[in-house]
Amino acid sequence: MSIDLYLNQAFAQHALLAAGLVSIACGLISPFVVARGMAFAVHGTSELAFTGAAAGLLVAHNPVAGAFAGALVVATVLGTLGNKEHERDSTIGVILAFGLGLGVLFLSYYHGFATQATNILFGNIFGVSNDQLLVLVTVCVGVLLAMLYIYRPLLFASVDPEVAEAKGVPVRALGLVFLFILALTVTSAAQIVGTLLVLSLAITPAAAAQRLTTGPFAITMLSVLFALSASVGGILASLASGTVKPSIFVTSISFAIYIFARTFTRFA
Amino acid sequence: MNSQNPVIQLENASLERGGRHLWRGLDLSVKPGEFIAILGPNGAGKTSLLKVLLGLLPLSSGIASVSGQPPRRGNQRIGYIPQLKRFDDSLPVRGIDLVELGLNGYRFGIHNHRKATAQVAKAVTAVGAKSYATQPIGRLSGGEQQRLRIAQALVGQPDILLCDEPLLSLDLASQNSITARLDRYRQRNEAAILFVTHEVNPILPYVDRILYVANGRWVIDSPDRVLQSDTLTGLYGTPVEVLRVHGRVLIVGTEDEALTTAGAHHAHEKDIGDEH
Repeated sequence: MSIDLYLNQAFAQHALLAAGLVSIACGLISPFVVARGMAFAVHGTSELAFTGAAAGLLVAHNPVAGAFAGALVVATVLGTLGNKEHERDSTIGVILAFGLGLGVLFLSYYHGFATQATNILFGNIFGVSNDQLLVLVTVCVGVLLAMLYIYRPLLFASVDPEVAEAKGVPVRALGLVFLFILALTVTSAAQIVGTLLVLSLAITPAAAAQRLTTGPFAITMLSVLFALSASVGGILASLASGTVKPSIFVTSISFAIYIFARTFTRFA
Repeated sequence: MNSQNPVIQLENASLERGGRHLWRGLDLSVKPGEFIAILGPNGAGKTSLLKVLLGLLPLSSGIASVSGQPPRRGNQRIGYIPQLKRFDDSLPVRGIDLVELGLNGYRFGIHNHRKATAQVAKAVTAVGAKSYATQPIGRLSGGEQQRLRIAQALVGQPDILLCDEPLLSLDLASQNSITARLDRYRQRNEAAILFVTHEVNPILPYVDRILYVANGRWVIDSPDRVLQSDTLTGLYGTPVEVLRVHGRVLIVGTEDEALTTAGAHHAHEKDIGDEH
């Protein structure tokens, strides 16, 4: 079956729109995730979005709303408990372990389709309803606007916290705000690649971009481009194949970009 | 000395941290264009004094004022050079980005930064960092990073410069060129400099007064009067001897005396990364 046929259909167009927005958000936060050493926080919040999604599925048959609610709870808890940098990772580990346990408990009480559960873990952008898509679009636009607004002070606070604080940047408050932005972005990305594979959109693009270019603007633009190529490319490839899930292509393209960047590294 | 209003004033100021008095009853009045060195052993509260002036720490008692007003965070009239901490390799910024953040990094929203670019280029050239300022900051040596920190502090044309051990990890030639650069800025802009250091020799030619803090006590006077055996013996409460050898000042008998000798200085350098 030809890919053109799919592209005329609403479900494919919606998937591409959502993937595009999510990737721009991921590409924007990705350099900050790398600079602030928050890879584990991405992993933690995405795994816990699974718990939220499982709860949402069980209670209201709405995994997307559940995932977003769960992400906000997790960001609040991490923001309250994990103040000290060296404590942050262990705090995330503790909450992650307990949270996943809860997720398994919720799923064991859920007697609907089993595919719903695997969709949370591995993503199924084609299965998202119009309402859920609207939520996704709203969240992504919100993240974009917030990132544009705090971009410069957040960069200052991330690379040079002492001077930033002296210059009047609210370093701690920005750290908390970024945690929420990260949680929302990660949860959005989880709708496309699933909670287990979010890192391929939230870390890999900046990790690759930093090897090829330098300067915050160039790195951010390039990581947005990489995230977009991976997600949109992944969806198109999935449509062309007809049977293989987008996540597999998204993570593969993302990884291929990273290998390319490592091979042709200019800055490391 | 001129009769201008002081840019920094402390009256009967005391600072306590963790139940310990760092210093008590400190009186300090700094005029525009003055170069003040702040000396003393580790933990004497030198860095904390800068933090008070930056509005990051409140005094336990007494009054502090900066440009005639209580200290406040985000005073853009202050340039700050914090204690050297190496920048990490994973940071997405170049030297010029770091300098530009010193100019407008506190501003939210989107701004046209064309004007900033010219100012940044000027500040980078002035510290002699032009040839490597477009490299990622994490790839530069300790000395190169430090020059960019100084450009970052000067780019906003501050009236007050607070420097915390800015020469640590630098080789002798860089120490001299950087202090000369700071002093030129001070003279041109009538800027006051507070300079926390372990190593007084590189800055001695420029210093107007020394604030020496030890054991909760303090003394402030001209370098000649402060750097005397009896003055420092009185301050430490134990015998301290000040020697002048080949135009260099050596302070013997303090707990961190080793830091004023060249050997220990190199040990520091090793911690932070070699100059070239």
